[in-house]
Amino acid sequence: MITRKRLAAGVCGLLATLAVGLLPTSAAAAGEPDAKKPSPKVELVLDVSGSMRARDIDGQSRMSAAKQAFNEVLDAVPGEVQLGIRTLGANYPGPDRQTGCKDTRQLYPVGPLDRTEAKTAVATLAPTGWTPIGPALLGAADDLKGGDATRRIVLITDGEDTCAPLDPCEVAREIAAKGIHLTVDTLGLLPDAKTRKQLSCIAEATGGTYTSVQHTSELRDRVHQLVDRAADPVVTPVATQGADQCAKAPVLKPGLYTDREKFAEHRWYRVDVRPGQELRAAASIGADRAVNNDYGVLLRASTVHGREIVRGSEAGDGRTDVISSGLRYPKAPLKNADGAAKDAPETVCLQLSHSFAAPAGVKTEPGLPVELAIDVVDGPSDASDVASFGLGRGWWFLGALVLVGLVAGLLWGWLSRWRVAVWRTN
Amino acid sequence: MRTRTFVTAALLAGAALCGSAGAAVADSPSPSASASAAGPTEAGTSFRTATPVQPGQRATAGASTGDYLYWAVPVDAGQRATMKAKVTLPKAARHGAATWQLDVYDGLRRRQACTYGAQTRAAAADAASVELSCTLRTARSWAEQSSNDPLPGTYFVRLTVTDLPQDDLGLPVHAEFEPTVAGTGGAYAVDGKLAAPLVPGAAAAGPKDGESASPEPSASASAAGKRSVAASEPEGGWSSGRWSDRWVWTAVGGVLAALAGIGGYAMTRGSGRPSRVPPNV
Repeated sequence: MITRKRLAAGVCGLLATLAVGLLPTSAAAAGEPDAKKPSPKVELVLDVSGSMRARDIDGQSRMSAAKQAFNEVLDAVPGEVQLGIRTLGANYPGPDRQTGCKDTRQLYPVGPLDRTEAKTAVATLAPTGWTPIGPALLGAADDLKGGDATRRIVLITDGEDTCAPLDPCEVAREIAAKGIHLTVDTLGLLPDAKTRKQLSCIAEATGGTYTSVQHTSELRDRVHQLVDRAADPVVTPVATQGADQCAKAPVLKPGLYTDREKFAEHRWYRVDVRPGQELRAAASIGADRAVNNDYGVLLRASTVHGREIVRGSEAGDGRTDVISSGLRYPKAPLKNADGAAKDAPETVCLQLSHSFAAPAGVKTEPGLPVELAIDVVDGPSDASDVASFGLGRGWWFLGALVLVGLVAGLLWGWLSRWRVAVWRTN
Repeated sequence: MRTRTFVTAALLAGAALCGSAGAAVADSPSPSASASAAGPTEAGTSFRTATPVQPGQRATAGASTGDYLYWAVPVDAGQRATMKAKVTLPKAARHGAATWQLDVYDGLRRRQACTYGAQTRAAAADAASVELSCTLRTARSWAEQSSNDPLPGTYFVRLTVTDLPQDDLGLPVHAEFEPTVAGTGGAYAVDGKLAAPLVPGAAAAGPKDGESASPEPSASASAAGKRSVAASEPEGGWSSGRWSDRWVWTAVGGVLAALAGIGGYAMTRGSGRPSRVPPNV
């Protein structure tokens, strides 16, 4: 009996040791060496048109509010940011629309910031002319050319563009479509309904933000926030162009990609996945203009022969910036193949489509911005059981085990008694 | 007599192991008990720029009405996350009610369902603030490829106004965001495990053209100390997926079964020599 007790205690101890030994282990990924990043570029575009004279922001003129905000922002620009300043309507006071609408000038070139110089340049500004927002945006995009860094235009204005027919919203969309990672953030000083509409359209077209400014402090905080945001490192996607069928589609390596997809169009991409790897794809389609209220996105993975493997879809309605979906496809390792065949990658076709629709009067060119994130990770996993390692849990489970144990013990006991009795009789 | 001893021993052993099970569960990936620590003071504006927030942290952000605010929260297997947001609305006179919405997406940017919580709420024109909340399903360690079940990885949270009078667009608001996670124990422990959690850019092998294209925001961004989605992982790293309290339950069950077996065996033996056996054998 004593031996048996020892045995039971031993089993107990062993199980406890096992349980403790199986406590979670953590695997932290090690950081990788820093890559040399190009410095981000920001251009502040300031409206210096005649209307900036109005004295209605905290008792001072709009112009002096802007100057004050600029001075404080210039003091706090992060070191790595290359900052430039461009004005619109600063020079030509006359009535000639033709000339007035070309009046945009680079006040301070984009580059490492000399605070004193930049402040002096800002101090010379006086409210003067027209409001050529479109040409100013084009000019600013030109100033920010070169390099592969993120670019940001911060547009500060108090009135709508006075230089139709060049619609600044269309201009912004075309700049964004160039695929140069350019964002336009707009700030309206005490904007009226038309200005707000135009500025929010510009912001929406480039994935930027729109702010309506009522006080000097708001202007300063917001510009400061936007410049800081430019300094934050982000992954810049690579431009690609999907094809209209899988056979012609570009082969994508893991990474982040952008594309443009027109209305009622779908695009194909290809990804190579080796046996034992898992493909992960996520796609976002941005609504960069006015679209109808209901929309959706569909991302499908299929074989080269057209058999669908898996799909991700999403639908929505109402105001949105993007609609996105994703999928994952773990490709099982080939067990019965040998050598080269075992490692031969499978080409997976990814089809991306969306169901955005443009209301009448909205331009459908260029297409909507697409962001595609492709990842291929090692090792698909498969589950052989519903529960973790097939283990059990709960009071019913314990009860069942105890009952089975008891019955087994009883049987064993009776069996041995019977055996002893039989042996005795013989 | 002996039987009673065995039953007592069995119960004691069971109780002891259950106790250790409780302790072990408390050790396993569980919510950080600390009261909301100060988190980042900025929010991202897209999936790419989402600001990482640890569960238990309280992130704040100044923004304009109409901005899309993005945060990224790491959620591990066996955890049920609750995303809470509070928007302090502009004090300036507003023109009507606005509808605010909190959307949650997983690491593959798939929208995730909320099991409860007010995900969408309308704020009256004179309301001072609006509070939103979304409790996700429990993240499991593995799911079928075709299912939309929540998996361990980065969860993106998007906060925005979905409907508002156009005149109110662009007014300044202040947003607070606080994710919390609760451990659900082994009840949701499933077999299988993902090769890597659903974190964007998990594979660090980038495209060969252009170093900026590499999907490894962890590299440069963590060095810069800010805004990196891949750098966001739970405190203490992702769980290995091998542990669940089912191990303890099963072990205790095994021990109890063994003890019950011994007990059952003992019962058949009686408490001494059977009376019909002659004393000299």
